Amino acid sequence: MMHHTSLLLQVASGQLPPTMGWFVIFAIIKMLVAFGIYLVCVAYTTFAERRIAAWIQDRHGPNRVGPQGIFQVLADGVKNFMKEETLPGGANKVMFILAPALAFIPSLVTWAVIPFASPLPVPGVGLIDMVVANLPIGFLFTLSISSLGVYGLTIAGWSSNNKYALLGGLRASAQMISYEISMGMSTVCVLLLAGNVGLNEIITQQASQGWNVMLLTMAFFIFAVSSLAETNRVPFDLPEAESELVAGYHAEYSSMKYSMFPIAEYANIITASSLMVTLFFGGWDIPFTSWDNLPPWTALKTVLTMGLYVGKVMFFVFTFIWLRWTLPRFRYDQLMSIGWKVLLPMALVYITVVASLTLGLDAAGVVRTGMGFKAAMLGMNLVFVGLVFWVLDRGRIVSPAFSRIQRAEIAHLRAVSERSDLSNQQGT
Amino acid sequence: MAIKVTVCERPISETSYVRATFKGLALTLKHLVDPHKVTVQYPEEKWDIGPRWRGTHRMLTTEDGKAKCVACGLCPTVCPANCIKLVPGEDAEGNRYPLVFDIDEFRCIFCGYCQEVCPEEAIHLGRHYENAEYDRKSFVYDLERLTAQTHPVCEMWDPADPKGE
Repeated sequence: MMHHTSLLLQVASGQLPPTMGWFVIFAIIKMLVAFGIYLVCVAYTTFAERRIAAWIQDRHGPNRVGPQGIFQVLADGVKNFMKEETLPGGANKVMFILAPALAFIPSLVTWAVIPFASPLPVPGVGLIDMVVANLPIGFLFTLSISSLGVYGLTIAGWSSNNKYALLGGLRASAQMISYEISMGMSTVCVLLLAGNVGLNEIITQQASQGWNVMLLTMAFFIFAVSSLAETNRVPFDLPEAESELVAGYHAEYSSMKYSMFPIAEYANIITASSLMVTLFFGGWDIPFTSWDNLPPWTALKTVLTMGLYVGKVMFFVFTFIWLRWTLPRFRYDQLMSIGWKVLLPMALVYITVVASLTLGLDAAGVVRTGMGFKAAMLGMNLVFVGLVFWVLDRGRIVSPAFSRIQRAEIAHLRAVSERSDLSNQQGT
Repeated sequence: MAIKVTVCERPISETSYVRATFKGLALTLKHLVDPHKVTVQYPEEKWDIGPRWRGTHRMLTTEDGKAKCVACGLCPTVCPANCIKLVPGEDAEGNRYPLVFDIDEFRCIFCGYCQEVCPEEAIHLGRHYENAEYDRKSFVYDLERLTAQTHPVCEMWDPADPKGE
């Protein structure tokens, strides 16, 4: 298999992992550089959101601070630090102060296991993995940490001693627990194909078999919708629904503590985008060539794969923002029915289909890296996409408000409306 | 206006979410790449304001630089906001002139009655809107300030030409 060949090639080219001392030094360097860049990216995602929102609404957006407004994030940061901070009288002080950090840290930690480029050979040191922590259980780690994010929001809502904030926190916990399940279920298919839970191994598998978005289209669809819900983005932003709940779970927060929640949200967007790229779009893999996946590793390979990885993540961040300024918010019953009645059964059926298909193909002796396997998976996905978009998506995915009214009732309602004084006054 | 109750008769099989979402995304993308933006970059660009725009006042002057006002007292009489303070004076030849002519622009409702009623066409509303000051006192415009203003003046509504063409 591909993995073994690459290991053999790696040994043959003399590119070995570094010794313990160098490993620690480079781990610290990677932490500082990667998280520094990550935080700057988070800050600039807020800026990108404001500019893109403005462009979609035929406005210009913030373009005054620096050329094209690129220093707006610094101005916002200064503003947030200078603002007055309030602490509600009835709030649980410890939890109230702890909650913003609890919301922010999980998204930051998840990012530590995502590989962002091919390994970099450093002369005299060895081969450095381009991931902050190359965990062999990387994928399970992301699943377990991403479920922690809900604590920040729930505790923020509960400790504020405010009914709107509490409702927002409750909604956040209900929503994130519901969508966590379909999110985890959709990624089971990825594990079925990869046969491994290491994120680097999942990328290697996609490099040899083709990206998972082609092989597991519906899993990607379910994962994308669930991660929208996990990041509390429109159309799933019920926890902070400003038209109903003032500002939801962060209604009582001010100054930099408030600012931590948007920062956490944007950090979550970047992390969710990175996960989508890693699990379904080949991570740092350059498509149509295996040049970048095989040793000997070079600095050029690292730079190119990192560039492509950043490009892919940026595309998904843009898509998140684009969706936000396109879609209206769901009703609460719609949100719950999508999670439990549509996405979860869909994910379960999909796991069964993918498992049976791969088992059948393996039993029939079809090579996994061959064209036959890809064609079979692609055909199965086309059938599934057709079923979902043309059969299921007829008032069954998101039911409109009138869907519970019977046809007979419509005639009755119309008769009532025509008899009523209100409509008779029309035109008089 | 009466409320008309409409009952939607769209069959449920025609509603979609995923397909409609893609349609919506296409629409927002069209606006995203559209270079025409409606915002005016304010301090650099400005809208042209209409000829009948009623902004802060201006007192017109005669050729020798004196205010045209003859202190007849019509404008403080007609002013519904009671914002004009006029103290009349008389010179040696018996010509009346304003000793004090203050307009409190904070109280003014910019109705334009003072301009309409003025027999000498002395007091005018201006086509002007940038009036920021650092204190409330500065919004009481005295005669000196009113004559020193240079912005164009408001044209009153002409019944013969209702659209101002």
